[in-house]
Amino acid sequence: MSLLEVHDLHVWFDLPQGPPVHAAAGVSFDLGAGERFGLVGESGCGKTTTILALMGLLPPNASLAGEVLVDGHNILAGGEDSVRGHRWKDLAMVFQGAMNAMNPVKKIGWQIAEPMAFHGVAQGAAARRRAGELLELVGIPAAAAERYPHELSGGMRQRASIAMALACQPKILLADEPTTALDVMVQAQILELLTGLSDNLGLALVLVTHDLPVVAQVCDRAAVMYAGEIVEAGPVEELYHAPSHPYTRLLFAATPDLYGEEEVVSIPGAPPRLDREITGCPFRPRCDSYFDPCAQDHPVLTLVAPGHRAACHLTGLPAGERAALEGSRPLGGGSADPGQSPDLVAGDAP
Amino acid sequence: MTTLPAGEDLALAEGEAPRLQRGGFFLRVLRERKSAVVGLGIIIFFIVLSLVAPYISPYSATQQTCRVYAPPSSRHWLGCDDGGIDMVSLLMQGGRISLVVGFAATFVAMVIGGGVGLLSGYFGRWVDASLMRVTDYLLVIPDLVFMTVIAAVWGASLLHVILVIGILEWTSTARIIRAQVMSLRERVYVKRARALGAGNARIIWRHIMPQVGPLIIANTVLTIAIAIYLETALAFLGLEDPTVTTWGTILEHAFQRTAISYGAWWAIVPDGFMIAGLIVGCFLFGQAVEDALNPRLKVANLSVRRWRLRPLVGRGSDAI
Amino acid sequence: MTARTVPGRPAPDQEQRADVPLLEVENLKTYYPLRLGLTQRVTGARRVWVHAVDGVSFSLARGEMLALVGESGCGKTSTAQTILRMVDPTAGTVRLNGTDITGLSQQQMRPLRRKLQMIYQDPYESLDPRFRVQAAVEEPMLVHGIGESRAARRDLVVAALERAGLSPAEQYLGRFPHELSGGQRQRVTIAAALVLSPDLLLADEPVSMLDVSVRAGVLSLLDGLRRGGDLGILMITHDLSTAAHFADRIAVMYLGRIVEQGPAKSVVRNPQHPYTKALLSVVPKRDPRERFAPQILQGETPNPVDVPGGCRFQPRCPVAVDACLHEDPALRAIAGTAPGHQAACILA
Repeated sequence: MSLLEVHDLHVWFDLPQGPPVHAAAGVSFDLGAGERFGLVGESGCGKTTTILALMGLLPPNASLAGEVLVDGHNILAGGEDSVRGHRWKDLAMVFQGAMNAMNPVKKIGWQIAEPMAFHGVAQGAAARRRAGELLELVGIPAAAAERYPHELSGGMRQRASIAMALACQPKILLADEPTTALDVMVQAQILELLTGLSDNLGLALVLVTHDLPVVAQVCDRAAVMYAGEIVEAGPVEELYHAPSHPYTRLLFAATPDLYGEEEVVSIPGAPPRLDREITGCPFRPRCDSYFDPCAQDHPVLTLVAPGHRAACHLTGLPAGERAALEGSRPLGGGSADPGQSPDLVAGDAP
Repeated sequence: MTTLPAGEDLALAEGEAPRLQRGGFFLRVLRERKSAVVGLGIIIFFIVLSLVAPYISPYSATQQTCRVYAPPSSRHWLGCDDGGIDMVSLLMQGGRISLVVGFAATFVAMVIGGGVGLLSGYFGRWVDASLMRVTDYLLVIPDLVFMTVIAAVWGASLLHVILVIGILEWTSTARIIRAQVMSLRERVYVKRARALGAGNARIIWRHIMPQVGPLIIANTVLTIAIAIYLETALAFLGLEDPTVTTWGTILEHAFQRTAISYGAWWAIVPDGFMIAGLIVGCFLFGQAVEDALNPRLKVANLSVRRWRLRPLVGRGSDAI
Repeated sequence: MTARTVPGRPAPDQEQRADVPLLEVENLKTYYPLRLGLTQRVTGARRVWVHAVDGVSFSLARGEMLALVGESGCGKTSTAQTILRMVDPTAGTVRLNGTDITGLSQQQMRPLRRKLQMIYQDPYESLDPRFRVQAAVEEPMLVHGIGESRAARRDLVVAALERAGLSPAEQYLGRFPHELSGGQRQRVTIAAALVLSPDLLLADEPVSMLDVSVRAGVLSLLDGLRRGGDLGILMITHDLSTAAHFADRIAVMYLGRIVEQGPAKSVVRNPQHPYTKALLSVVPKRDPRERFAPQILQGETPNPVDVPGGCRFQPRCPVAVDACLHEDPALRAIAGTAPGHQAACILA
């Protein structure tokens, strides 16, 4: 049994007008101790929503369905009340933009020690001592506990955030774009830190990011999300060298590589609106390999290799047919409305 | 108040746009907040009442039409005041003048305050420093003392009241506008316009003013409330021309001529309600607009309501 | 100022000297004063300066794209702001088409701003939310008095939008920014920059706030623009992979100086300066199998207020020797590298 198992997680957001937005649809994955798992996708794909759901940190206009099992217990079964006991103790989160996640008028040490009392880990002087130890663990001198967030640099703040997340010795660390706002050198330091923590403490890591190369370097397995669903999941090596879903392949192709010579191509078009029913495959309007079933049948995640799943109709075809179809259509040519330019905003015309 | 999902880019992915109503900012405020509708309704009610007062006033507001301090009856719904003048007519007439004073004083305050705030916020440095010093000096002058002095030196009149209120009230507006302009000045599109070679006048007129507009409107409405209140206070203290009928002078007359010992509550209470009503209306609307302008007030995590759990029906691809 | 222009054709007053580089920057220095508080003024403390740009020299030819690369605090944005004359330089010269623009007043700069345009990083903030696309692209023309009628201006707007890849342009004219995606907004700002037929385009992190699947499109657009016309592009970025792919030349900045510059491929494959080497080693690769050991430098880029004596990279340099404490190396050509490849290191 895995440390973390997510089964069919759905999240809806109610908006002031109109139907609810289906931000996450049937997200399922699992994570073992010490594993590093990447959740990749672009803005709006639902990756942040997913990990906020795991922590029970969704806003009041959200509704949830599905199971989140930590060591076999469904932590969402009782709503907020059942999640609270697990929050920070089993699952902890490092937020995007550390400055936003910290209280500007409280010292760092106090903020790290704060959850310890609630979860009965340590109190008073013992908690403060432990906060100092955690700071040393993440590479900041323990004296920084007496500083305020604004006195630290960006990289140090992110480290402090990680120390805060480790306060109650969680088993799972969810990191939401932990290095997006940082310089590449500082990013390397933080990633090295996270990798080290996962190796030395047996911490399971879920790394949410839009930066594919980061996932390629840090994670063992990853899932690619699009329009609220996981479209492909598996070992990162296979995702790069043998992608099954056109979106995965195109996403890698759109990322420039330092030494690569291949042309970098963008994917014209836009993700579909999530407040409407999507018929068929959500990626079809932007796909370069669609064929008949794609317009009507919603693809399901199916096994393509051990530990490797993809939600694409192409996977069911014999190799020859598949090779013929791949890349056969012009990029962005699959718009439902042939009269529309692929770059046009999906939705109401003005 | 609902919020967009945590990753607010949910609808801003390449190609998606949040559904902002084309009707504009104010219609959105009215749509989303009932308090704004109520407030605006009250304000419009008073304005309309003032406009049609001469036509629907049941009796004269200057001639005696009943006994002194006559109680409310079927003929005089709110009774009469110390001079035998019908209260309803008096209130309507008073409302007209009060509103005029309120609007005029606010206009003076907004022009000065808006101008000072705009110049101060946009140009910064020594312009800002000097204008803000002036603002600070005026901020600390006590309103009533100042008015008393003006009344003593130049006599009590409506014009003086308007000027005093205007001069005293522009300072808070100036500060608020200045803060907004300073933040707008740093916006990328303003910097872009400057890099293009656009002059200050153009940038202020086309880029800054339209953004500051709603804030000025909100502030104007709130200032009207304060102006009405101040006018009442000044009139009540006898610092206003007693021959003019305003809500404040009505109250002042009632107190001076011992309405309380008479037990003539109708000479005081309805007037108070009118004043309070208008102020409440202004506040409801002004606050609603100000709140709408402040995106950080959309509280999600401190709300009592929580996210809800739905039962999962079906599994895998059948799940809904 | 009612000069009439047609996009693509230079204005009559523009000099066409093919031999003069489009942009020449020589020993540019921009220092920002740190404001002294009251107590410091009273105690007579010396004014402290932030050496944002501390002696930068490079040139840019027409049809070329130069990428200014570095981490935050290296001075790349300040360099661009100084070239644009939004900030006054403390020393050095900036020459645009041979004309020295360093000491010009803002009044004198105004007509020159037609030739010098900037694209900003944030597509969501670059456009005034109240301006429709047509008004946004038309604004530069109104500021500089171009286009003799509304119809003529509209045609120029349409041409610029098409050139920026927004086609058919008519569909975009009436839209507000909030109805456009990030990539489309960025293209609108590019169109607004192109409508005046500039010579030099400064692009400050033009794609870092866009989704990955959209970046290549905008970058290819910029690439195509400079190959097609007489446009030169100075791109500021922290993303070495983007620079390696799209730029002709790369200049790596550290603490206000260029520490290495040269042809993009050469700098990336044959780096000479220890900082460049370290930087390149920590850039994550797409291929999970390529996991090289990164050379992670300790600490963070120091404050440009306390610039160390000698080589400014020495405190963090993994291969520094004693001489590095005393000598402040200048950019020099390195033997065995491609022509034009220079580095500022005594060990290279």
